[in-house]
Amino acid sequence: MLSLVWLIPALPLAGFVFLLVAGRSIGEPNAGWIATAVSGSSFVATLVVFAGLLERDGENRIFEQVLFDWLPVGSLEVEAGFLVDPLSITMALFITGVGSLIHLYSIGYMHGDENYSKFFVYLNLFLFSMLMLVLGNNLVITFLGWEGVGACSYFLVSFWHTRESAATAGKKAFVTNRVGDWGFMLATFLLWTSIGTITYVDIGPAAGSLTNTTATAIALLFLVAAAGKSAQLPLYVWLPDAMEGPTPVSAMVHAATMVTSGVYLLVRMNPILTDNAQTVIAVVGVATALFAALAAVAQHDIKKVLAYSTVSQLGFMFLAIGSGAYVAAIFHVITHAFFKALLFLGSGSVIHGMQDEQDMRKMGALRKAMPLTAATFIVGWLAIAGVPPFAGFWSKDEILLAAWEVDGIGKGLWAVGLFTALLTAYYMSRQVFLVFFGEARWNDNRPQGQPEVVPHESSWTMVLPLGVLAVAAMVGGAINLPIFEEWLVLEHFLEPVFEYGRLHHFESTTATKVSLAVVAVIAGLVGMAIAAAAWLQKRIPTDRLEPKFLENAMYVDATYAKIVGGPGQKSFDAIAAGDQKLVDGAVNGAGRLVQKIGLLIQPGQSGMLRQYAIGIALGGLAIVVWLLSAAL
Amino acid sequence: MSELVRSYLTVAIFAAAAVGLVGLLLGISRILRPQRPSVSKQMAYESGVDPEGGDWAQSQIRYYVFAVLFVIFDVEAVFIFPWAVRLEVYGLFGLIEMFIFIAILALGLGYAWRKGVLRWV
Amino acid sequence: MILAQLSNFEGPSIDWLPLTPQIILVVAALVILLVTSLSPAKVSDSFSTAVTVGSGVAAGVVAWFVWNDIRDEGPSSTVAGAVGVDGFSIFFTILTLSALVATSLVGHSYIKREQMAAPEFSALLLLTAVGAIVMASANDLIVLFIGLEALSIGLYVMAAMQFRRREAQEAAMKYFVLGAFSSAFFLYGIALVYGATGSTNLVNIAAYFNTIGSRINNLELFYVGMALMLVGLAFKVAAAPFHFWAPDVYQGSPSPVSGYMASAAKAAGFAAMLRIFFVAFSRTSADWTPIVAVLSAITLIVGAVMAITQNDVKRMLAFSSVGHAGYVLVAVQAATSDGTSAALFYLFTYTFMVIGSFAVVSLLGWNDGHDVSRYEGLARRRPLIAVAFTVFLLGQAGVPFTSGFVGKFLVIRSAVDDEIYWLAVLAMVVSVITAFMYLRIISNMWDREVDVADAPRLSVPLTTGFVVVVCAMITVVYGVIPQSLIEFARDAVPVLVAGG
Repeated sequence: MLSLVWLIPALPLAGFVFLLVAGRSIGEPNAGWIATAVSGSSFVATLVVFAGLLERDGENRIFEQVLFDWLPVGSLEVEAGFLVDPLSITMALFITGVGSLIHLYSIGYMHGDENYSKFFVYLNLFLFSMLMLVLGNNLVITFLGWEGVGACSYFLVSFWHTRESAATAGKKAFVTNRVGDWGFMLATFLLWTSIGTITYVDIGPAAGSLTNTTATAIALLFLVAAAGKSAQLPLYVWLPDAMEGPTPVSAMVHAATMVTSGVYLLVRMNPILTDNAQTVIAVVGVATALFAALAAVAQHDIKKVLAYSTVSQLGFMFLAIGSGAYVAAIFHVITHAFFKALLFLGSGSVIHGMQDEQDMRKMGALRKAMPLTAATFIVGWLAIAGVPPFAGFWSKDEILLAAWEVDGIGKGLWAVGLFTALLTAYYMSRQVFLVFFGEARWNDNRPQGQPEVVPHESSWTMVLPLGVLAVAAMVGGAINLPIFEEWLVLEHFLEPVFEYGRLHHFESTTATKVSLAVVAVIAGLVGMAIAAAAWLQKRIPTDRLEPKFLENAMYVDATYAKIVGGPGQKSFDAIAAGDQKLVDGAVNGAGRLVQKIGLLIQPGQSGMLRQYAIGIALGGLAIVVWLLSAAL
Repeated sequence: MSELVRSYLTVAIFAAAAVGLVGLLLGISRILRPQRPSVSKQMAYESGVDPEGGDWAQSQIRYYVFAVLFVIFDVEAVFIFPWAVRLEVYGLFGLIEMFIFIAILALGLGYAWRKGVLRWV
Repeated sequence: MILAQLSNFEGPSIDWLPLTPQIILVVAALVILLVTSLSPAKVSDSFSTAVTVGSGVAAGVVAWFVWNDIRDEGPSSTVAGAVGVDGFSIFFTILTLSALVATSLVGHSYIKREQMAAPEFSALLLLTAVGAIVMASANDLIVLFIGLEALSIGLYVMAAMQFRRREAQEAAMKYFVLGAFSSAFFLYGIALVYGATGSTNLVNIAAYFNTIGSRINNLELFYVGMALMLVGLAFKVAAAPFHFWAPDVYQGSPSPVSGYMASAAKAAGFAAMLRIFFVAFSRTSADWTPIVAVLSAITLIVGAVMAITQNDVKRMLAFSSVGHAGYVLVAVQAATSDGTSAALFYLFTYTFMVIGSFAVVSLLGWNDGHDVSRYEGLARRRPLIAVAFTVFLLGQAGVPFTSGFVGKFLVIRSAVDDEIYWLAVLAMVVSVITAFMYLRIISNMWDREVDVADAPRLSVPLTTGFVVVVCAMITVVYGVIPQSLIEFARDAVPVLVAGG
């Protein structure tokens, strides 16, 4: 059964190829159904492989399928192959599972879009890339998937590229991710020169021979890669902008799957994570968590809140990795996939029902108009706020406990994490109250002549995934309950993967554990209470709760734009004004910077023959002088 | 510095001397001579004939083809002369080689002829 | 047979088989010119193309036999040690012949559309191919220079073949003047190296260093000569800062010719560079590798930075071709067998990507420019061409499972092996930056909602379409199963073969 692993990515690939060729003629809604069927079959295939893996004993749960030798050069052997182990199969399970639900949801959500079939083409391609990323048996295959998901994300974010902001956001996502990709490449090469292998099963045993410095350097480069993909400080800027994409994309790519690939990468690389590297990762994670939670407090766009919340939750996962609690990180990846996908899809349903309105100030009291969406959204809210027994409580609690037990800075990490958890509960409650409770503000400030907004519940294809995800968000914590040792199913399942890594083992007494959990729950409830007082009962003036400083995410993004686009911006704009296409090509961030350098040195390419000749002569002279000065 | 490069030092000294001498003489005359320019004094000297038109003159492109053909056959002759002197030594091999060489050039001439470049229009 | 009796002259013994590919091509060129100019009726253009393709294939078959001989009997040299017969020469013979056949097929339809002279195009193509092959197999600097000139002069004319276009004339003029300029550098370099070492034969030059070691008498002379030769070759491969001609010339030349320049001509320049520097000057590698490393760094940066500002696809490809020269230089500066075979692999795979790209450009761009906007909606107008172009661009960007990735991988690996980490890092950064511009074209092709309904139907001639599809297939195949080519490139590392 294990040898069927190739089917898992092959099915979405086949779907992609088929829809690419025939999608347009099949049209709506069959293209969507085919894509969903392919994705669902991939999930079934994953289940079959999973069953095959379970048949084996704990230690033998590793299966490699090599399709062919890809690059047999010298000491380096790169194979095109898959690795099935507890970690990869866990990732594959929730990617295909949540992915299938989002495919199903998209059938209704994208209804009437003129590029209906193309959307599913990209979605299937994305699924394929993501599965290659987690199932590849070495870093190069993972890099293939890594690049693939990046490109798909670029295409999907700018899917509605007639909106100017969507096109820009797509480019921003692309450029920022390239910074991370560079870290990935560098780390891969460094790892290969140091231990001579980049195949996962060989990295573990060989990692011991690395010096501490080298291992830390490699780990930090992988952190750069992960920070790009998983939107950590300081590379997070693309994720909030990426919300310009269709909502199912936000749910799948930018909440459940792609953004967690950084977490997957670091967990996969656990043998080389040294203490120093772990500390850095933990600090980056907790700082991101706090920063993004603060930014989420003051957002008005329903999706922007969720976007910053995603950044914040990813920070929690990094905190877990930094604390050595790899299981907790993956556990949170899974529960987060459930409740965040649920929240995004719920917000999509709201946006859909409100006729494409995203401003929460124009919503309110929607629980009556959209009861099913409201009910499921509330489940997601309770899960992310950390209310037991919902899924989010268990995973977040484990992370905070692991942070607490870290030597040295552990208490500080825990305190910041706890405060972030409070903020999380607050901003999510604010969102729920603004959207579903209070009085209806649907038609406030409506411009003359626009039709009145009448919210309505969405179609069954959209509500069904919400229901499934709501159940998962409710009971998802059951896969790793810390009540009895035997109930830690996920932990026992994943443990063999961390044979060579610095895995954190919990040593606190039950009393400590329980009291920490109680503190966390209280923090969550306090957050909810503040939100209720402010936004439901209006006992706290709300205008001071949304400072501009936070709404603009402390102006980090704007500062980047200023640094990159500051000096010379005017001359650039002047040149660009004459050439609209150039503006199109000019990107926020690095792309734009490089272009500007290009424009600066472009006068060298003047078209004047004699200048070219002078260039050749000077270059020749420089070489002669160099050689002679070295010789004499 | 190696021997060979040092031996070029002489050349460098002579070059410097030549440039210096010319500069010196022209400089002296520039300092000493009176400067009263007139139109005829400013005119370019063309062997005593008044210059006509600008200095950017175009010449007939037709000459170009003949010049190229001339160069080609000139080079051919340069190859044939030494070959003819040593023909006995090269023997049959040399004979065949030269015929191939001439044949290829003849082919070029035939091509040029068929293309009409030999016609003066 | 009086003459035969008189003969006491012993000509150099000549092994004719290794020279047969070149001879076939020369004869084919002469036949084309002869038949088309002397025939009373107008000869169809298909005749020229057929002869070109046929002779290219025939020469390839012969080259394959020679390759088998080399594998059995080892490398050798012929014509008094002036021509090397080794895997290296065969590798570049096959590379050049591939470029020749592909360019001829693409050119066939292009010539018809633009009303250019078909026989002359074919004949020049064949003769430049001979020049490139001679360059790659030369074992003597003089022979190498003859090859270089045969290649260059033919290309000057080919650049100008659309003589009604002012851009083409400008391109040809620039190429000619600067090409002659740099050839002079190269020739003077040969003279100085001859002065320093006493020979133009690569074997003798290498032997000279082996006997004297580094206590060479006229070191300055040799250094200046080496520098000048490097300038000449860096010009041919369009390495910065000797690249200025490339964008203007590529843009002005007919698109198939641009593809040919970027593939065969560039490869021939690198072949000469590897022969001279890696083989003959290997004892002085400590002197020239830092220079080549710096050249490659400048080339990588200039190629990437300039390419990203372009809106004209042809010009963008020209700058990206400069950047690719930078990657090959990264491998050259390693001065190891691994590095050399990485360079060979890179050049071979790049040949197909760039010829394919320019073939697509020749389909879409006419005399009025090649703006990116022309590619909007190509995926819907011509899906197959769009897929192929996507493959070429992804390949040039170095995306895994294309041959471009394997090439970049091998190149960077050779720098890492050589412990020139800064260059390896730079090469990675540049590949990251350049991916942006390739993706920009791709997204233009696939993502733009343009009304293609009333766009004129894009006609894709059979020959061009064939080349595009085959090149795309090769790009993918060597990306997935590169072993055979990697092995070929490893066997093709140039060696010193004494005269015999």
